[in-house]
Amino acid sequence: MWIIAPLACGLIFGAGLLMSGMVQPTKVLGFLDIFGAWDPSLAVVMAAALAVSVPGFMLANRRPRPWLAQQYFWPSKSEIDLPLVAGAALFGVGWGLVGLCPGPALESLATLSPGIIVFVVAMAAGMALHEVWQKSRLTAQRSKLLANATDG
Amino acid sequence: MANFTPLSAAIGGVLIGLSAVLLMLLTGRIAGISGIFGGLLNLRGEDKGWRIAFIAGLILAPIIAGGIGYGMAPPRLPANWVVIIAAGLLVGFGTRLGGGCTSGHGICGIGRLSMRSIAATIVFMATAVITVAVTHHVLGG
Repeated sequence: MWIIAPLACGLIFGAGLLMSGMVQPTKVLGFLDIFGAWDPSLAVVMAAALAVSVPGFMLANRRPRPWLAQQYFWPSKSEIDLPLVAGAALFGVGWGLVGLCPGPALESLATLSPGIIVFVVAMAAGMALHEVWQKSRLTAQRSKLLANATDG
Repeated sequence: MANFTPLSAAIGGVLIGLSAVLLMLLTGRIAGISGIFGGLLNLRGEDKGWRIAFIAGLILAPIIAGGIGYGMAPPRLPANWVVIIAAGLLVGFGTRLGGGCTSGHGICGIGRLSMRSIAATIVFMATAVITVAVTHHVLGG
């Protein structure tokens, strides 16, 4: 019954977004609008979340393995590269356009709002597009390597 | 700052942090929503169960809240469908290219004191602030 764990985590995450008001795009835009009637609430959400996650992750780091799995899946990348910066920049523009990031967008599917459904489908399309683009880049790289190998 | 709601923001933030820590302690996974959702779109791979469960919990939260009298208001979005679709595409492509979103980089990454995630968070916050400044104050949207 380990599947209860991620389900409960999703519920708690969703409750946090609801409670903080961050599930509402207008609330998020109020934070991003520093030249308008600025609402610092999102900064408080992040500070409070980090006050829990920093010591929590330190605790996880000291344990050999998770309670319900064989190993931790810590992210392996640590360098600040072009894809990171370009991707974050594009994401920020999309976030600023409507005030939705992936968590609140998926949670809001519960309201069956047509705008949300369209946003989530477009978001999935954007992710699929990235997958296809990444794959074609890798294939091109590989054929170039192969061509060079036969030339040399 | 008439709309500032520090108390509910703090309680909500604690719940979000708690969720991220529990998911790591229990299942060893990072609570990055774009990564969890993106992993579902990949046709290969067998680790889909926990992803579906997490997202199901996320969607169930407002339904349960509604059942006990704390219903969620439908989100207010721009009237222009082109803007909604463009934003969705940018969020989807950008989060995959940059390897994370507000939760993965902003809460989990910074929570692990990762410089990569701190950099990503500064960049997406900056472009989002610029986008809002342009659309709300320059274009007058």
